[in-house]
Amino acid sequence: MSWSRFLRRKRSDAELQDEIEAFLTEETAGNEARGMPPGEARRQARIKLGNAQRVRESLWAQNSPRALTNIGHDLKYAFRTLSRTPGFSIIAVAVMALCIGAATSLFTIVRSVLLRPLPFRDPGRLVMVYEHHRGAGANTTDFEYNPVAPADFYDWRSKTQGFEDMAIMGYAGYSLTGERGELPEAVRAAAGSWNLFPLLGVEPAMGRTFTESEDRRGNTVVMLTWSAFQRRFAGDAKIVGRQIHLDGRPFTVVGVLPSWFSYPDAGIQLWVPYKADATPELLQHHDWNQSQVVARLRPDVSLASAMAQVAAVQYQLHLQYPHDPVKEDVAPRSLNEDLAGNVRKALQLMLSAVGCMLLIGCLNVSNLLVARGAARQKEVAIRSALGAQRATLIRGQLTESVLICAAGGLSGILLSVLATKWIAHAWRGLPTAQSIHLDGAVIALACGLMFAAALVAGLLPALSTTGKSMLNALQTSARTGASSVSRTALRKSLLTVEIGITVVLLVAAGLLLKSFLQLRSADVGGVTENMLTLRYNLPDKKYDTPEKVNAFNEALLERVRSIPGVRSAALGNTLPGAGSWGDFVFTVKEHPPLKAGEDRPDALVNWADPGYFSALGIPLVSGRFFTNDERGPRSYKVIVSRQLVRQYFPGDDPIGKHLHVPAHFHAGAPADVDYEIVGVAGDTLYQVGKESKATMYFPTLEGSAGGNMLAVHTASNPLQFSVPVQRQIASLDSGLGVSDVRTMKQVIGESLVNARLSATLVLAFAILSLLLASVGLYGVLSYLATQRTSELGIRMALGAQRDQLLQLMLVDGLRPALFGLGLGLVASFAATRIFQSMLFGTRPLDPVVLSGVIATLLAVAVLACLIPAWRASRLDPMKALRTE
Amino acid sequence: MGKGSQPQNEMLKGTLDMMILRTLVGGDAHGHTIAKVIEHTSEDLLEVEQGSLYPALHRLEDRKWVSSFWGASENNRKAKFYRLTAEGRKQLVRETSRWRRMTRAIGLVMGEEGGAQ
Repeated sequence: MSWSRFLRRKRSDAELQDEIEAFLTEETAGNEARGMPPGEARRQARIKLGNAQRVRESLWAQNSPRALTNIGHDLKYAFRTLSRTPGFSIIAVAVMALCIGAATSLFTIVRSVLLRPLPFRDPGRLVMVYEHHRGAGANTTDFEYNPVAPADFYDWRSKTQGFEDMAIMGYAGYSLTGERGELPEAVRAAAGSWNLFPLLGVEPAMGRTFTESEDRRGNTVVMLTWSAFQRRFAGDAKIVGRQIHLDGRPFTVVGVLPSWFSYPDAGIQLWVPYKADATPELLQHHDWNQSQVVARLRPDVSLASAMAQVAAVQYQLHLQYPHDPVKEDVAPRSLNEDLAGNVRKALQLMLSAVGCMLLIGCLNVSNLLVARGAARQKEVAIRSALGAQRATLIRGQLTESVLICAAGGLSGILLSVLATKWIAHAWRGLPTAQSIHLDGAVIALACGLMFAAALVAGLLPALSTTGKSMLNALQTSARTGASSVSRTALRKSLLTVEIGITVVLLVAAGLLLKSFLQLRSADVGGVTENMLTLRYNLPDKKYDTPEKVNAFNEALLERVRSIPGVRSAALGNTLPGAGSWGDFVFTVKEHPPLKAGEDRPDALVNWADPGYFSALGIPLVSGRFFTNDERGPRSYKVIVSRQLVRQYFPGDDPIGKHLHVPAHFHAGAPADVDYEIVGVAGDTLYQVGKESKATMYFPTLEGSAGGNMLAVHTASNPLQFSVPVQRQIASLDSGLGVSDVRTMKQVIGESLVNARLSATLVLAFAILSLLLASVGLYGVLSYLATQRTSELGIRMALGAQRDQLLQLMLVDGLRPALFGLGLGLVASFAATRIFQSMLFGTRPLDPVVLSGVIATLLAVAVLACLIPAWRASRLDPMKALRTE
Repeated sequence: MGKGSQPQNEMLKGTLDMMILRTLVGGDAHGHTIAKVIEHTSEDLLEVEQGSLYPALHRLEDRKWVSSFWGASENNRKAKFYRLTAEGRKQLVRETSRWRRMTRAIGLVMGEEGGAQ
């Protein structure tokens, strides 16, 4: 056999016919020469030649690879059998398309988010370094990776040798004012040390990165990200070297970052040098944990030994500052994991859910094939009696499941192109969302899944239908042959597994759904209805005195409150449910000094105007709120939350006591300051889904500039007020950027988007699985009923009542469902523990969820069984007896 | 076409290829000539079945032992000619010596004097 001949079989065949013709002519001519009459000469030549067709056929076969021909035959045969039962084929293909499509989509996302290395130089040696709290009770994920204090970082960098270099970065926000009269805009910026870009191996698309001498306080250089460059500056290359205005100050653009660079997230618009906006005092403090450190490992040093050096330095620092919250250890984390951090668990959960669904899909197709196999028992038996080998029969059946899975897989890939886009769009906070797309590797995986599924789905039925017992089918004319009993058992056990997996999925989905519902109804501690919120940032260069700050804030509040339809307005650094601003450490002046080794207490901080609490509906527990007289930097009053009292003043009246806060935490304070507690407010949640934390409120009338959040309680739809409120801000300061104009409902909703998405997706997978399992249940029982028709007829003839038969069939069908339910419940106890940390207000053994799942499954199972069982009990006994 | 001469229809396995190659030593030939030459040389003891001749020729061509071209036959008819290649010549030598050893061995076993040659 040769490939060239195989590919030119037609031509080769034509040539052979010519050759044979030539032979005939020669032979005839020879015979004529010997004196035969022409007709006889031709006849004799043909006799001599023999069967020309056989020659052609044998050469044709010789030119065709045997395996290929067989595959061709199998494919043709499988295609014909499948198109004879279009209903079955469409269902099977649809099931596989759904399963493979879902699996491919999720894998695409998981790969882009968790597996694909970041596009930096030699990313394997890059690592994030965090401070780590070893203490007991703090080993939850929230405290595992703490931001780094700059002072710690500078010690690490100068005193350790394990890393080629270490860089530090933090976040900042600016008001970007228009050069040509564009609207001012609040932009998110990042501050990176000068060596960050060389360390990552990022070359600017234009201009240059920062120099070491530029990385100091007051330096006004800036790099633009590609998106800001395109969006705000219309991609004009001349911007490099020019000035733009941030918070009213001129900054020189030194470079533009390349378009692919969206680190640490795509929302960052500008980069400034790390020290540009940090006061020297802040950089000296070891408890100003605000920054992130990325380091590049030396090629000849292991991560463990490099980290050990850093840990040693950090432990020294911890001993040096016994009362400050200086962490005693450090912890490394890969960049991928760092970016994926919060979504990792959710992604893994969904990937396992979709894996389960894929398995159920395979089992279902497998089940359908077993049923078909039973129907085709005679055909298989006859073929094998005619000499077909078992391998040939198995191959034939496998070809069918390969065809189904290939068709399903192809439609699945198409499906997943759409689904992937949708998920990447719907999932907020998914890192590297822009780079999510299908590529060769993913398609290769989909094809792999396809064939694995085909094998799983096809092998079991193929083995079961071609077993030794298959010849029984020829011997017995009855449909209730001995072999079918084992086949029914096989289908039932497939079904049990299927239902078991479905139960696990249902339990997971139920728990996630309940968490989501709990989160949605969680009380943040204040009013959320009809509340408009927005953020603005008072630049401290322009608003350099408390008087100027207060003048602006008070004028704004007054104007906003006078807009018709506005009930009240509140001003603070942050609002309930909108995240935390940060935390301070403190000591209580009236309490005995801390013992050695004892950490100072800490609490979240917020600033509040006198009307903050009443506007937001946060109740007063005792004492009073701030007054309009408590203004200026010397008022030194504080309101604490009930949680802080519970934690640090157990059984004590906090009013009149003093909180002692280190000076560097509070801009403008000359030295450490004692704040008098004037009131206790109700607890609020800084973020939905997180525990309420101890909080202290300082008066906004202290007059420090910076970020503010305005909340406006309105009488009607709050979004209608967004333009009037912004107009008031613009009329006070036309250069001030406003951002995050949203309703409180939206603010809280956004923090729930991911919880909602994982709950929705897992629920969707679970419902699909339930559907598949019930179709399976229905299929098995219908098959069983048909198989037992004559038996049922006999029972009826002997006097069995219809409801007895109904019961008989129901019990038969429900048994695998019950087994599966038990199996699934046991498995879900183990499985749900894995994602316990994603649950809120519920736990793995939630009785409501479990009983809900049991009830749903039983209801669906009874329904799926009832139809075939009822049909069986309505059989006409005479017809049933004659079915043979 | 001696029907009485009882041509040996069952040729020994693998010998047809060897005989085709041997025939082609005398020069290029087309299928009909090859068959005729084998029959004549074997004094009509062997009859070459067309059903095996053409597959054999194609097999030999696949193995590059013969090459083929279309030409005009002695009677000026279009015919496909086969030509022995250098590789085919080597193969013929190998086959011939193998065949000699085999027939000698069989001859010895069968007690024929001197075996074959």
